[in-house]
Amino acid sequence: MSNTKYIIGSFADPDDLMHGIEKLQANNISIYDCYTPMPIHGIEAKLGVRPSRLPIAAFCFGALGATLGFSLLYYTMAYDWPMNIGGKPSLPLPNFVPVTFECTILLCALGMVATFFFRNHLFPGRAPRVMDLRATDDRFILAVDARENTDHALVDRLLKEAGAVEVKYNERKYVSYE
Amino acid sequence: MGTHNHHHDYNFSEQYTFAGTAKVVSLVAVVLGVATIAYGLSTGDTTRTFANLLLMGYYFACVCAAGAFFIALQMVTQSGWSVGMLRIPQAMASVLPIAAIVLFVIAAAGLNTHTLYHHWADPELLDTNSPKYDPIIAGKSAFLNVPAFLIRQILFMGSYSIFAFIIAKLSYKEDLEGGLNSYKRSFKLSAIFLVIFGFTTPIWSFDTIMSLEAHWFSTMFGWYNFAAMWVSGIAAIVVILVLLKKAGYMAWVNENHLHDLGKLMFGFSIFWTYVWFAQFMLIWYSNIPEETVYFYKRWEPEYKPWFWLSIVINFLAPLLILVDRDAKRKQNIMLFVAILLLCGHWLDYYIMVMPGTVEADRHFGLIEIGTAIGFAGLFTFLVMNKISKHALVPKHHPFLDESLNHQI
Repeated sequence: MSNTKYIIGSFADPDDLMHGIEKLQANNISIYDCYTPMPIHGIEAKLGVRPSRLPIAAFCFGALGATLGFSLLYYTMAYDWPMNIGGKPSLPLPNFVPVTFECTILLCALGMVATFFFRNHLFPGRAPRVMDLRATDDRFILAVDARENTDHALVDRLLKEAGAVEVKYNERKYVSYE
Repeated sequence: MGTHNHHHDYNFSEQYTFAGTAKVVSLVAVVLGVATIAYGLSTGDTTRTFANLLLMGYYFACVCAAGAFFIALQMVTQSGWSVGMLRIPQAMASVLPIAAIVLFVIAAAGLNTHTLYHHWADPELLDTNSPKYDPIIAGKSAFLNVPAFLIRQILFMGSYSIFAFIIAKLSYKEDLEGGLNSYKRSFKLSAIFLVIFGFTTPIWSFDTIMSLEAHWFSTMFGWYNFAAMWVSGIAAIVVILVLLKKAGYMAWVNENHLHDLGKLMFGFSIFWTYVWFAQFMLIWYSNIPEETVYFYKRWEPEYKPWFWLSIVINFLAPLLILVDRDAKRKQNIMLFVAILLLCGHWLDYYIMVMPGTVEADRHFGLIEIGTAIGFAGLFTFLVMNKISKHALVPKHHPFLDESLNHQI
């Protein structure tokens, strides 16, 4: 038993990568993940990636923003110090719409960015970890979990048949930019 | 790069046959409409009939103009996703000249019979010796007088029609000749058209609709009308597209394209609300009598339920139904929302037109429904007839491949 954790297939062409995914799937080899320097149409559907749950976070942050914005308006304008402005009621709902709306958008946007950073382990000062350095440059990376798929020779052969220019046996999951 | 280039064998010469039920129903609707108008005029409901004619004539012209705007916008932004369905807005644009003539005849006849635009189109209002003298209207008469009104109608709708017709024609020519000449020419024409259209549609709506209540004015009115036009235009495209797909045509248009149309419909419904609300809130808050008169009339008991219903249909319904990604990708949901929005913007125009024409003598009955059905039939007949004359896809369009591989 080797110490290989992940087998990395490095492709120079996205078509070959897609071909590689098909080949591995046809042989019942589970794919850990793919890393590409640009978006590839249809790759999520092919890998069976579940839709992002970011919209749920967006909704929650938006609802929070609306509540906070409206509460601030209500407290200052209608509860703490009601004022007669232009003969309007002290709780003029139409006037509260723009501010409430803006607070919704603000918290929704900031919250989505924060969620995205948190989920992807990205924040200032942290060196990003990637499975292959060239995945952000010119290579299309297909990673296979070597512990789950024990027939390494088969994986190697299939990746090369599909057009992988390089197959690596990584003993560590991530390489770092550090 | 052909990552996702599944090999398809589409028949790009496929043509729609306009016959059978679709043709019969649209012609019956036209006959019904004509009968309703004849009934309305003969029973003495002249003002009400003309108000409905103006409403539907304007709606008809707006939806066709939105078709022209759609193709020009796709051309100028060099969009590829929409190429597969471009023949639908092109057909709408080709019908614009007819819609323009219809609206012009209605407006001119309304002026002539004093049933429309009576708030300003009366020489006595300008006569200082007359008891009816109105200094506000007299002050606006340099802009708002009958010859200038008619000339502007001809200039605006005439220029839209010419551009719409030529841009659509160039695409039909491209089918026969191929090459990039048609594309390059229509790119230039589209850019010029968008500039003209953008600057003149607000004035066109000031003239056609806002001047019905000539004492009142709102600088937001033009954009408000543009938003209504654009949403209803996209909704009309969706209805035609889904019905064509259900009839087995246009296999190359899939849920990805529908999703994009859904986003446009969703987004511009919210834009409509934004403009509507901006106009409403500023007037409500500043509370100046000469401005609030517009909403005062629409908050009288005879209009108030319609006023709020319009917000529910045109804002809440698309917001809640289309916010989900999957909803925008389902034909039946999109068809339902598109039809709902078409009805909703009829109601929107109804609220704009009626208080300035029939005033408090508001009705909703045979004449409203009959006229709407008549114009819907006319629109369906003319547009589907136009669609049936050409292949259902511009097969030599330079971005056709992008549209076929579109995925979101």
